[in-house]
Amino acid sequence: MKQQYVFGLAAMLAVIGLSVFAYKWQVLGFPVSKGQETPVWTIESSISFDSGPGSIKVNLHIPTLIPGFRMLNENSVSRGYGFSLNYGTGGREAQWAIRRANGPQKIYYRISVFQDSMRDQSDTTPPFPPPPVINEPFKTAVEVIVADVKEHSADTTSFTSELLRLMNDPSPDPNVELLRSDVNSNTNFVETVTMILAAARIPARLVRGFKLEGRQRNADLVTWLEVHDGDNWRYFNPATGNETLPDNFLIWWRGNEPLIDIVGGNNVQVNFAVQENYLDAVAIAESQAAKRGVSLIDVSLYSLPIQTQAVYSVLLMIPIGALVMVALRTFVGIDAFGTFMPVLIALAFRETKLFWGVVLFTMLVTLGLSIRFLLDRLRLLLVPRLSAVLIVVVMLMLAISLVSHRLGLETGLSVALFPMVIIAMTIERMSVVWEERGAAEAMRAAWGSLVVAMVAYVFMDMSWLEHLIFTFPELLLVVLALVVIAGRYTGYRLLELRRFRALVDN
Amino acid sequence: MLVRARMLRQAGVLGLNERNAEFISRLNPRRWFPRVDDKVLTKELAIAAGMAVPELYGIISNQGEVRGFGDIVGDRESFVIKPAQGSGGDGILVVTGRSQRRRDTYRLSSGVRISAAEIAHHISNIVSGQYSLSGNPDKALIEYCVRFGPVFADVSYQGVPDIRIIVYRGYPTMAMVRLPTRASDGKANLHQGAVGAGVDMSLGETLTGVLGNDVVDEHPDTGVLISGLQIPQWDFILGTAARGFEVTGLGYLGVDLVIDRDLGPMILEMNARPGLNIQIANCAGLTDRLARIDEIYNEDDKPAYRAQIARREFPAARQASMLFSA
Repeated sequence: MKQQYVFGLAAMLAVIGLSVFAYKWQVLGFPVSKGQETPVWTIESSISFDSGPGSIKVNLHIPTLIPGFRMLNENSVSRGYGFSLNYGTGGREAQWAIRRANGPQKIYYRISVFQDSMRDQSDTTPPFPPPPVINEPFKTAVEVIVADVKEHSADTTSFTSELLRLMNDPSPDPNVELLRSDVNSNTNFVETVTMILAAARIPARLVRGFKLEGRQRNADLVTWLEVHDGDNWRYFNPATGNETLPDNFLIWWRGNEPLIDIVGGNNVQVNFAVQENYLDAVAIAESQAAKRGVSLIDVSLYSLPIQTQAVYSVLLMIPIGALVMVALRTFVGIDAFGTFMPVLIALAFRETKLFWGVVLFTMLVTLGLSIRFLLDRLRLLLVPRLSAVLIVVVMLMLAISLVSHRLGLETGLSVALFPMVIIAMTIERMSVVWEERGAAEAMRAAWGSLVVAMVAYVFMDMSWLEHLIFTFPELLLVVLALVVIAGRYTGYRLLELRRFRALVDN
Repeated sequence: MLVRARMLRQAGVLGLNERNAEFISRLNPRRWFPRVDDKVLTKELAIAAGMAVPELYGIISNQGEVRGFGDIVGDRESFVIKPAQGSGGDGILVVTGRSQRRRDTYRLSSGVRISAAEIAHHISNIVSGQYSLSGNPDKALIEYCVRFGPVFADVSYQGVPDIRIIVYRGYPTMAMVRLPTRASDGKANLHQGAVGAGVDMSLGETLTGVLGNDVVDEHPDTGVLISGLQIPQWDFILGTAARGFEVTGLGYLGVDLVIDRDLGPMILEMNARPGLNIQIANCAGLTDRLARIDEIYNEDDKPAYRAQIARREFPAARQASMLFSA
């Protein structure tokens, strides 16, 4: 029963830890690996116009549904203007209004987006479009083309592709030529295509946006075609007929309406500037979480001052070291001085790196031990003797630092990071074991401590693990669960298999 | 590796993890630990229960009293100094003689001479807690030095051999004789290098021994055969060990007894975390015996009866196989 209770508790801890982890990772988008930076694009649309005599009202289409992206934030810079966001027929619109303005005006709308390929936004299913009213001779031409394309296609998608292929044909048939004769721009071309699609009762609309790449001072709007196949909107390249949406294509607005609608001003010009930045994925996840009002993030370690963060990024690895320690003691059965001494040594190894760590540690303990044996002759009381050993350890660390600095070995300086009190206790304990149970036993336990420290270091130095624990401290609950389970392990230790070999060999 | 583990499991060998989790933490309540961890308390309890223990000459419980150790010892030729809360035999000093002319020079069991000042320093170390389990200040006991009987004279190198009996829920379960060696410096603790010899529970006769983790059949220093020695007053020893349960309240207990030449068997100390090498000494696992006791456990069994059960239930495996082959 007790066993079940333990496993129940461990399972509960693990489930809580893992589900918070999964939520932060999958839903809030916290990165599981270190140094993940997400490109963030800031698109600034600047609108300049000359003000008229009366009140001014500016309506600008702004991004609504942006497949492949997610909005980080948006804002408007416009002195003296009233600003509001509205939903129009073509999606969201930003509206600026002012009672009176003088001279040339400039207002800005800025949006920051980042890539999120998982993001697939649902859109409304449109009604079938009414048959367009077309005058002759275009009417006949459209009817012929629709009938022709229908012949060579199976569904909406293939119909659209075929139509676009036909319309782009370098040696067009007379009907296409007729329809193309009025086309003077790419947008115009796509409008014509949507009209033909409407004649075939296929919902279609224009899509306008940019391909985001690097820094652009004056990004050109690209027109794309969007066709609804009954279930989903599909994107087509109007120039080739391929069903595709270019990489990093940000859809600014949809529909036939013009980008901007201004009342009370003239000479309006809209310019788009694109700026690419790299933001830490963690920062993006946090701002997303803040937008959703997830209070979980308020207790995130990233909200702490930077220096405190640095301390915790080290401290949070101690449970990992403890877990390694538990594994090596419970499952392997390695003897070590002091329960957590190897973990603290491993912590120091993080700075010194393994080789120098082992060298310095061995040096420190050996020197300390020999001085401890000298002190033994003085027959000091325990506490003064311990203090004496501590002082000697500190002086040895100083000496090692000075000597190595002289020799130009800067790694020697990091000896200062060794936990001196722990080392002093280790030296004392080792000398007692040495006297009571012999040098072999003392060396064995010292070697055991070093091995545990080295293994713990290997784990504690994994930077991805450090990032994982720091970003998802709830994983410590999983570590706790593992330790609890290990606490109920009643099987043999690895070294016991050797120890008791005499019992099975005969 | 897994094969070895399975074989050990089949042989009923108890591992450290299982001992700690299943037996010590379940059967040994924390609050009774001081009864065995503090040797002064153990002695008092044992005396109260009418058991024989080595006579206590005196206790030194603070630094100021350290100098008074000469008064405690008086004119005695031999005595033992041990920390009240020591573990694994650390910090025990066995004084077996002193110089006739210079009374402040003593001789240890190993033959090494030691001055009164050095002994005082050792006591001071004990009192400051160098050997105590918790590292807290401790007390030093000065007590009668057991003069062991002739039975184990040939298989002991200096020091005093003792008998370790595992007592499970009041039933003696497994026993071994611990024989000091040169390496163990006269001490009877296995991890210090003493030899442990298994004991046939039904006969009280020694089997082969264990040195370190290996099976040996003769004493490494004297070269005398370890097995086949009859432990005197075996019934009485088993009964005394069984009573250790009533005295301490610990369900998984190690009882250490010595046999004095003149005073007979006495309780030396008791242990709440007895080691597992006793299994190697006996070439037998503990698990089966513990399970057997769980089967026949009866709360009303008296210590003497429990000792009889031990004799009935746990004869040495090899003895049994020899009977079958004969």
